[in-house]
Amino acid sequence: MTATDSLLSLRRVSKGFGKIKVLHDIDLDIGPNEIVALVGDNGAGKSTLIKVITGVHSPSSGEVWFKGARRQEHSVKRSREIGIETVYQERALADQQALWRNMFAGRELTNRFGFIDVAQQKAETERLLRRHMGFTSKAITVDSEVRGLSGGEKQGVAIGRALYFDADLIILDEPTMGLSLKETSKVLDFVKDIRRQGKSAIFIDHNIFHVYDVSDRFVILDRGRIAGDFRKQDLSQDELVHKMLLLATTGSLEGEGSSAEGPGA
Amino acid sequence: MTSETKDAVGEAGGGRDWAALASAYKIQIAITLILAGLYLLFLTGNPEVFLRYDIYRSFMSTMPFFGIMALAMTFVVTLGEMDLSFPSVMGFSTWVFGTVYVSSESFLLALAACLLVGVIAGLGNGILVAKVGIPSIVATIGTMFLWRGMVNIAAEGKGIALVSLRESPLHEVFVGRLFGDALPMQFVWMVVIALALGLLYRRHRFGSHVLFVGDNAASAAMMGIKVDRIKIACFMLVGGFAALAGVFLTSEVTYFWPSQGDGMLLTTLAAVFIGGTSVFGGKGTMYGTFVGVLIIGSLEAGIVAIGLTGFYVQFLYGLLITASVTVYALLLRRQG
Repeated sequence: MTATDSLLSLRRVSKGFGKIKVLHDIDLDIGPNEIVALVGDNGAGKSTLIKVITGVHSPSSGEVWFKGARRQEHSVKRSREIGIETVYQERALADQQALWRNMFAGRELTNRFGFIDVAQQKAETERLLRRHMGFTSKAITVDSEVRGLSGGEKQGVAIGRALYFDADLIILDEPTMGLSLKETSKVLDFVKDIRRQGKSAIFIDHNIFHVYDVSDRFVILDRGRIAGDFRKQDLSQDELVHKMLLLATTGSLEGEGSSAEGPGA
Repeated sequence: MTSETKDAVGEAGGGRDWAALASAYKIQIAITLILAGLYLLFLTGNPEVFLRYDIYRSFMSTMPFFGIMALAMTFVVTLGEMDLSFPSVMGFSTWVFGTVYVSSESFLLALAACLLVGVIAGLGNGILVAKVGIPSIVATIGTMFLWRGMVNIAAEGKGIALVSLRESPLHEVFVGRLFGDALPMQFVWMVVIALALGLLYRRHRFGSHVLFVGDNAASAAMMGIKVDRIKIACFMLVGGFAALAGVFLTSEVTYFWPSQGDGMLLTTLAAVFIGGTSVFGGKGTMYGTFVGVLIIGSLEAGIVAIGLTGFYVQFLYGLLITASVTVYALLLRRQG
């Protein structure tokens, strides 16, 4: 895959904090309409990589390309403007605020004096809830506070919000953490929605079984380096689990003569 | 027939709406009931005083001095922050008002200088809290002493007589009386400010961002809200309105004294908390604060009027505040 037909391209991206280098020469491509799972142990650099992509951190060196243009300005706001949305576990929504406020947080529909068009925001939120997210319960309205929602519903609202704002790349940071089985399957349905709508996603999750079901590709990160990059058709779920275990115990994917590095590398 | 059916349906629908409304506005309803109960007590306790207009005129002339600050403080409390310095900021900015007025004889110039000083003092608080990262209660203990100390140094303990303020046309605009002697202008201003700040709070992007920052600052930052800027702006708002309240007070009594603002800290905060704004941030109403001001502002005179001695004032303040915040905590817990 070349930088031009990828949605997102990272070229030799490194990131360090002071003397500690967290990411080493990361090369990564995310294609259009592709769900990519980013897996790796704690401390592998997943969240740092995500923060570079979403603009929370600037890379220490290397290039980040999005939709064929090199990124110069690294900020969360700029990322959202160009179409990169993040759905953070727990931090996605403000608990005590009504859904119609949360849906438009930081992007309120206002007139030129900054006053919010409440009716419009409520109508859009209603449409999103009923039509796109399939909320049918009368108990949840646009005026409901977020804290009345279940964990899965919260993630659904956050993903729905990202889709509403036409994000091309949605980053899901551990969206199923702490959720029940039923709630998790709801979230995975929302992730499938992202593909149905022709968008891309980077999906971080500790649970290989969640990841495997919805993803097209798996990128394995280990101690700040990409240790493997596999397409789903090239790798069964068992093989993925095996590779993760191997990496955790031996620190390497080699040693079993596997198909080695994937197409992205 | 048809109209009857329609009415029945309308009533049923209305019933549901009422329940939803009652649930959404329970804090506002609770505080309104507290106010009504208090006035019922006053009216039965001393109908002679409370059935006459005089006491209400007196309330309306004195409430705005701390009420305006309480309205502005609602923003800072909603952030989950605290400001203890606004009475001192009021003192210093009013000294500036008096000094500039004495030397320039211009109400307008004095007003501008006073507001500027108030806003700058607020900016200082905001920077200490948002940029330097000092917890607001600590930072504003520091600036509380700082600004009061500056008044003491600058005024050397002396007051400033400002009787000639009455000759300025702006004096009428600020603290004149409408309808003969019936309606003090400062109360009209307080209502106007309450409406304006209420709109800002509930309907403006700024208010929405204040709610988000107070609710969950990390999430607000993720959503691209400039958390630091919102915090600084709220402290500036309080500084500016503390200065403005000082202008009202000084204009009313036509005298500046260096301890001006002292004693207003706790009554102002009490009005905000009785009004149902959460000290944890993210939740509050301007209506609640307004009614809180009406309650706190009439409590002292009311207690004396119904025949209790002044010794009861603090006790009843305490009772009312403790009871109301307990009610809110219970209301919100059931909801959660």
